[in-house]
Amino acid sequence: MSKRVVVDPITRIEGHLRAEVVVGDDGVVEEAYVSSTLWRGLEVIAKGRDPRNVPLLMQRICGVCTYSHYLKSTMAVEDALGITIPYNAELVRTLMNAALFLHDHVVHFYHLHGVDWVDITSALKADPAVASKLAFNYCKNPIGTGENELIKVQQTVAKFAKNPQGLGPFANAYWGHKTYRFTPEQNLIALSHYLKALEMQRLAAQMMAIFGGKNPHPQSLVVGGVSCVMDVLDPARMGEYMVKFKKMQEFVHNAYLADIKMAAEMYRDEPSVMKPMGVKNFMSYRDFKVSRDKYLFESGYIVDGSISEVFDINEDLITEEATHSWYADNEPQHPYDGTTVPEYTGLVNSESVGPDGKMIHSKNINPEGKYTWIKSPRYDGKPMEVGPLACLLVGYARNNKVIKERVDGFLKETGLPLKALFSTLGRTAARALQAGIVVDYALEAFDSLVENTKVDKETCATYTIDNSKEYKGRGIGDVPRGMLIHWIRIKNGVCENYQATVPSTWNAGPKDAVGTQGPYEADLVGLKIADLSQPLEIIRVIHSYDPCIACAVHVMDTKGNELGRYKVDPLYGGVCNT
Amino acid sequence: MEKTTYDSLHQAFRQRVEGLKKLPPMEGRDKSIEETIEEAGFSRRDFMKWVSAVTAMLALPATFSPLMAEAVKVADRLPIIWLHMAECTGCTESLLRSANPSIDSLIFDYISLEYQETIMSAAGWQAEENLEHAIERYKGRYILMVEGGIPSGEMESFLTIGGHGKSGRAIAEETSENAAAIFAIGTCSAFGGVQAAAPNPTGAVALSEVTDKTVINVPGCPPSEKNIVGTLLHYLLYGTLPALDAYNRPKWAYRLRIHDLCERRGHFDAGEFVEKFGDNAAKDGFCLYKVGCKGPYTFNNCAKQKFNQGTSWPVQTGFGCIGCSEPNFWDTMGTVNEPLRDRLYNTVFGGLGADATADKIGVGILAAVGVGVAAHAAVAAIKPPKV
Repeated sequence: MSKRVVVDPITRIEGHLRAEVVVGDDGVVEEAYVSSTLWRGLEVIAKGRDPRNVPLLMQRICGVCTYSHYLKSTMAVEDALGITIPYNAELVRTLMNAALFLHDHVVHFYHLHGVDWVDITSALKADPAVASKLAFNYCKNPIGTGENELIKVQQTVAKFAKNPQGLGPFANAYWGHKTYRFTPEQNLIALSHYLKALEMQRLAAQMMAIFGGKNPHPQSLVVGGVSCVMDVLDPARMGEYMVKFKKMQEFVHNAYLADIKMAAEMYRDEPSVMKPMGVKNFMSYRDFKVSRDKYLFESGYIVDGSISEVFDINEDLITEEATHSWYADNEPQHPYDGTTVPEYTGLVNSESVGPDGKMIHSKNINPEGKYTWIKSPRYDGKPMEVGPLACLLVGYARNNKVIKERVDGFLKETGLPLKALFSTLGRTAARALQAGIVVDYALEAFDSLVENTKVDKETCATYTIDNSKEYKGRGIGDVPRGMLIHWIRIKNGVCENYQATVPSTWNAGPKDAVGTQGPYEADLVGLKIADLSQPLEIIRVIHSYDPCIACAVHVMDTKGNELGRYKVDPLYGGVCNT
Repeated sequence: MEKTTYDSLHQAFRQRVEGLKKLPPMEGRDKSIEETIEEAGFSRRDFMKWVSAVTAMLALPATFSPLMAEAVKVADRLPIIWLHMAECTGCTESLLRSANPSIDSLIFDYISLEYQETIMSAAGWQAEENLEHAIERYKGRYILMVEGGIPSGEMESFLTIGGHGKSGRAIAEETSENAAAIFAIGTCSAFGGVQAAAPNPTGAVALSEVTDKTVINVPGCPPSEKNIVGTLLHYLLYGTLPALDAYNRPKWAYRLRIHDLCERRGHFDAGEFVEKFGDNAAKDGFCLYKVGCKGPYTFNNCAKQKFNQGTSWPVQTGFGCIGCSEPNFWDTMGTVNEPLRDRLYNTVFGGLGADATADKIGVGILAAVGVGVAAHAAVAAIKPPKV
């Protein structure tokens, strides 16, 4: 008989997420539902505020992709007001973006996704001498894999492993699960990189703080440009950025990309990560300006996994609907004009497989009704996957030289066919390849900036907000988790309406009215689970998307809704429309 | 007099440390923190240097350093449970930045995060088990750190966690009950934060509103890693609550205004202001008051401790302070790129709490400058909407 398996909380992500699957006697997932269990409603809060305050507010959607929302929200306001920002400001924003990509991808692979691939307890059985030699199979100058270093790593972890309750943050995971494929030596190499990456992520955060003041939540973008003119014109400051960047470059090449090659070698026969994905439509948007006319990423979308044809995006065809989302209006609507009212129907009393394999009472999703705070975005009625894989596939289809070179190189080195990219492994590998592109090409923006500041020191454009006019605009581009769009309407000098169409919404959204699933859910169906009380396979699939759930649930507007009727005190709020 | 005060303080700390030493170490831990530190490649000298820095940060005289070192060594007696409510994970990220010296994070490893959703390996039922076990095993001994505001009232179910669909509020209430100390990490947990800004569509409240116990607030959006780690060490040393201001913020970190310690303060006093982002004054690092800096109304140590291992802070980057460690700052601090103007005489404290005397003195100076600011506002290139 089919059984329900609930995984809640899904840890090692940003936000609150639950996955629920119905598994047949053969252990194969028949139905899957993914639910976000938190709503914060920041778009409601944005309404009525000064447009200059909105980007900082939107930044608080997420502290992980802390710069993405700040950037796209600032761009939305600039687009609405018709501001062209100085070239210097564009380049500084690119340098901050590079810091974000490197930070995000490294942290995701090692600290969030890593233990889905790496069995930490197995690393204790490794022979450090063998592991040290083995590391040279995956790159020429491996980092953190000297024999002595590996012995030290083992000792550190051995302390934890003596007592299962003494494992601290590593306690009670699915250690020893049979879908772990690394040898003890490979686990040790990756574990050493896990620890090293803790250091590297601090470095990447410092890179952002050089121009951003702090990280998380940098604070140097203003509507019209950037505020950090002193840092930009300070050669010592620029040098500091460059040196840190080079260190990141070394780590990405000699640890991150090497470990991905190792994963491709060992997991290529593991069905749970090679299963073809459910949704094969991919979309990405041009981003990463490195000089006057050069961007690293391309715009477009592909359908049904076919890279022989790539289409241009028409933003008018983007809609969102709420058939299975905890909002009242179900109809598909364009984000500029969406109307949504929260309608929480909760979870239902039922049972599911408990931690010891027996059925126990639990609160479950009602698949007939509404079951998540995430809506279902569609492009021309189709679900789309967004993210690094989409970025690479669209770039590949567009014949982007660098992207093509990187993808082909990876396939050649690993001996994998192109179709292997359409899998959990492919998605995880694509993220590393994207980090590789950023780390090798983003410094072009640095050079452009140095060159341009010799003759031009402008960092911020002037503008006026006319209170008698109505404006609308959007900020769009590809951020670490995929295509992100912020939409704003400005009236009477304040934010009239706000929406964000976020990468994790595209990926984690529920079924739509005609029963078409989004990428997460479609990907879980057909997955074979070895042990129902240790559903590592589910976690691995979901983590491969790098979920950012606080982001995903913000697609929300309460026009005409009771929650929307409020007024910010003009004295305290600094805004007034009456 | 001064000496006597410190003597009694020293004595109290001594008692506290001796008390901690008597507690059994946590299960599965057989190494001293010094051994652990050495294994990580730090010398005893590094360790002592770090201890001196922390001692100074907590505004204690250098004679307290040896005692501080002893206190740190008994840190492994304290398990930590970290809960995520309605939040953005920025505070966790800030904690992860804790680095320079990187013993900070080591201390955290050593102290043991028994439950932390962002970094823990376990998921689902197994994660829930970890929380239950930690509460049971370390009853009355664990430190609770909470990130995020808490949806309440009719909207309580807007956050549920776990297979039983328990509300975030219920989990926060239960976990608070048996905690030895409770820290609200970040402005959301301390004051409700961004989701509690008008019109507060989820009924989000501060942690202090769901428990009767004293909550130490460590606000900031996010707070610096120094303030998070420092608050923990402070508790370790005192064993009682630190001196708190009117908003339950530890005075050692939140005693002074951003304005009081600002590196651009000289320009404020000299009347040298940035008029517009990117102008020549901005290139010269003049005061950011006229482009909206809320430093005069904000109590925090950013100017001194900075962020990301001293890399920078908002004033250094030319933006100015947005007041993120103050209650309801989203609704009370006005437009980010404009001065508060008519609120010069009436700070967010409304004459209450904090350091009232310093407030008055500061306001006096501000009021004088305020006249000039108002005159200059008319020619500012950025036209504010009419109030």
